[in-house]
Amino acid sequence: MTDATWVVARRRPALLPRATLWQGAVLAVAALIALPVLVVIGVALAPAGDVWRHLGETVLADYVTNSLILMAGVAIGTFVGGVGCAWLASMCDFPGRRIFEWALLLPMALPAYIIAYTYTGLLEFAGPVQTGLRDLFGWQAGDYWFPRVRSLGGAVVMLSLVLYPYVYLLARAAFLSQSICVLDVSRTLGNGPWRTFFTVALPLARPAIVAGMSLALMETLADYGTVQYFGVATFTTGIFRTWYGLDDMNAAAQLATILLAFVVALVAIERLSRRSARFHHTTGRHQDIRRFRLKGVKAAAAFLFCFVALAFGFLVPAGQLAWWSVLVAEKEVDGRFLTLVWHSVELGAIAAVLSVMLALFLGYARRLFRTRPVRVAVDVAGLGYAVPGTIIAIGVVIPFAFLDNRLDAFMEATFGISTGLLLSGTIVAVVSAYLVRFLAVSLQTVNAGLDRIRPSLDDAGRSLGLGPAEVVRRIHVPMLEGSLLTALLLVFVDVLKELPATLILRPFNFNTLAVRAFEMASDERLASAGPAALTIVAAGIVPVVLLSRSITRTRGTRPA
Amino acid sequence: MENRHFAALFVLALGAADLAAPALADEVNLYSARKEDLIKPLLDRFTEKTGITVNLITGEADVLLKRIVAEGKNTPADLLLTTDVGRLYRAKSEGVTAPIGSAALVAAVPAQYRDPADHWVGLSLRARPIMYVKGKVDPAELSTYEALVDAKWQGRICIRSSSNVYNQSMMAAMIAADGAEAAENWAKGLVANFARPPEGGDRDQIKAAAAGQCDIAIANTYYLAGMVGSEEAAQREAAAKVAVFWPNQDGRGTHVNVSGAALVKASRHPDAARALLEFLANDESQAWYAEANGEYPVRPGIGLSPVLAEWGTFKADELNLERLGELNAEALMIMDRAGWK
Repeated sequence: MTDATWVVARRRPALLPRATLWQGAVLAVAALIALPVLVVIGVALAPAGDVWRHLGETVLADYVTNSLILMAGVAIGTFVGGVGCAWLASMCDFPGRRIFEWALLLPMALPAYIIAYTYTGLLEFAGPVQTGLRDLFGWQAGDYWFPRVRSLGGAVVMLSLVLYPYVYLLARAAFLSQSICVLDVSRTLGNGPWRTFFTVALPLARPAIVAGMSLALMETLADYGTVQYFGVATFTTGIFRTWYGLDDMNAAAQLATILLAFVVALVAIERLSRRSARFHHTTGRHQDIRRFRLKGVKAAAAFLFCFVALAFGFLVPAGQLAWWSVLVAEKEVDGRFLTLVWHSVELGAIAAVLSVMLALFLGYARRLFRTRPVRVAVDVAGLGYAVPGTIIAIGVVIPFAFLDNRLDAFMEATFGISTGLLLSGTIVAVVSAYLVRFLAVSLQTVNAGLDRIRPSLDDAGRSLGLGPAEVVRRIHVPMLEGSLLTALLLVFVDVLKELPATLILRPFNFNTLAVRAFEMASDERLASAGPAALTIVAAGIVPVVLLSRSITRTRGTRPA
Repeated sequence: MENRHFAALFVLALGAADLAAPALADEVNLYSARKEDLIKPLLDRFTEKTGITVNLITGEADVLLKRIVAEGKNTPADLLLTTDVGRLYRAKSEGVTAPIGSAALVAAVPAQYRDPADHWVGLSLRARPIMYVKGKVDPAELSTYEALVDAKWQGRICIRSSSNVYNQSMMAAMIAADGAEAAENWAKGLVANFARPPEGGDRDQIKAAAAGQCDIAIANTYYLAGMVGSEEAAQREAAAKVAVFWPNQDGRGTHVNVSGAALVKASRHPDAARALLEFLANDESQAWYAEANGEYPVRPGIGLSPVLAEWGTFKADELNLERLGELNAEALMIMDRAGWK
């Protein structure tokens, strides 16, 4: 290590060519990651049939307005749920807080379409709740009003319930890493807890909150399962309707490109919000957190707030899944089931590690070289998150098959050997799709972590004689640990839930839990989907708990 | 650090590629839009009898088709199995299929369920009749799909979204039978009679009817069969409240679609693929479709499962299903214009 440091230190005058090399590497990596998205845009460039006039006259307006309303609703839902829970569970003290602290992350393990299935089963006209009400009061159809689950509003609620943990996780990490001194100063200046929250804690945590919300919104834009099941016409349902129904892939790709424009706008908003105020603590002094101890009505209200999020986001749907699992356990759970679990975990782990490594690489590049090409490249690399998995899958299939076929033709012509398809239909293709789709998750999280490390710390470290490697090891690593773990967890859980790309790109005879759950559910055999869906949830819980403990451990906390 | 990991992954990848690469032994590679559960038992039986291994991936038909197109002449796929005729037609139009060339299949499967050029063959039938709530609807009031636009059905019909391919095929059959203009008027009339905006799947329509939200549901029969045999008591009870009515028996017959397969042009195991298709059309397999999933055999003279037998026999629309594929886009546009969500 010392040798390396010495070399780096000695070669500092030659920084420029290295910088160019780095930047070149960043552009190359970003281009590779963006390739599937670019392929889709490429397809979109081909002229579509006269489908557009038809779309414009009939359904396009619905796609736009519904997608916008959906996003606005989920933005509000995840902000209120995520930030509210994060503040209560990390900075206040009330009965049950210790459990909520980690349990509030649980809904993250539920795919949105699965929670949609369970609530529909419970709340639809023919479900137990409405049937019970009718039996109880002797009502008939049309006698009473009951909110329709399968509606735009229903989709907002379903997506908010499973996506608020993204905001919760990042906001909580931000609150916990805040220097308590600033909060204390605020309190001594006479601000109450509410004022302290709104004027000090919230602005300081803004990069993390915005990062969490933009993840939630990108996930919302990419959602297909929920809106399709609810019959809500959004861009994603429109894309597949145009492709599958009207058989016009080019027009479908054009719709997908418009969807991308939404995402670019989202990313731009996030950038703007950060530029207008770049908050860093001026001191790294941390004390133990002294939580606001809530009593009486306030404690009850805090409990209720967290409990509602946990109950509707997790307990109710997981309970329903558990009940279904009991019904079918005998038939569904066997040796093959364990293979499903292994496949899911294997894919999740590989993708999570690679994705975090890539995010670190790109994140550091963005930090070290604040040039426009690098910033744009890093942003572009994150676009895949908002693109529906099926579209990504097509964007992966086409270049991989092209490469394989070219290589095959070359080998055939030169050596007379046919290599066939080397990469298509292997887990390399699947993992590539995950990286494209979920790089934004690790990137956002790592960037939010890097942003909390003041650049002045680097300078201080360097002026005290630390080489770049040591700055990373002795300053960045300890400060980034939480963010890296968060990123690993988010990608891992996302991969467990990912469906369309897995479905299309996996090798022969290779099933995962999500594939199993989806096949049962889409065949309208919800009960049979129970065990696989429940296992996705269970597999997601382990890292959630580990992560939660490690975040709590990163700083001593005690109730005031 | 990162480079080393990438190198390691690449080596891993090549290893995986080796494992996944189709060997030249006796095997068939199947890209299937039928869910694993609804085909694997038959494939296992095939392997048991012939020693030919079947490799399977499942997924959405259109995406599997795109994969076959992209993989080109190196595609490992031998057969594309779909759950509707429109996708078989589409595979043929993409130019990635070839004539099957099995005299046994031509002899066994009726002409309307086969491609005239022999690129695809139907393997099971999916009927889409009218289902009504017993006691609320007198079956004598029902006659044809066309008659469902009558004002007496206002607010009484449940059917799923027009995004669903079975509705698109039903609409295409309507265009083929009555012409585009009449079909569009029919779609508008039907939408006017909806009990609620379309939501959920076919089972949900049946459940809504059983619970009293509507009196008529249009759904594929195998969903009802699945509810009859469900693990959930509520589904069995709902299924018991509805009965099947076979429409258009005096005319063109009840609308049917097929689940079927096309032979991939670049197939490396065409003989094994043909053997598998013939196996899927034999008596045993045909009876299995009815037993396991409530689908109808594509060949006449196969015994029905007790559930299907109870619904009686029916006359199926004899339109060559190739037409449904040709008319699919037009059907969807008509439904868009009619405001069928």
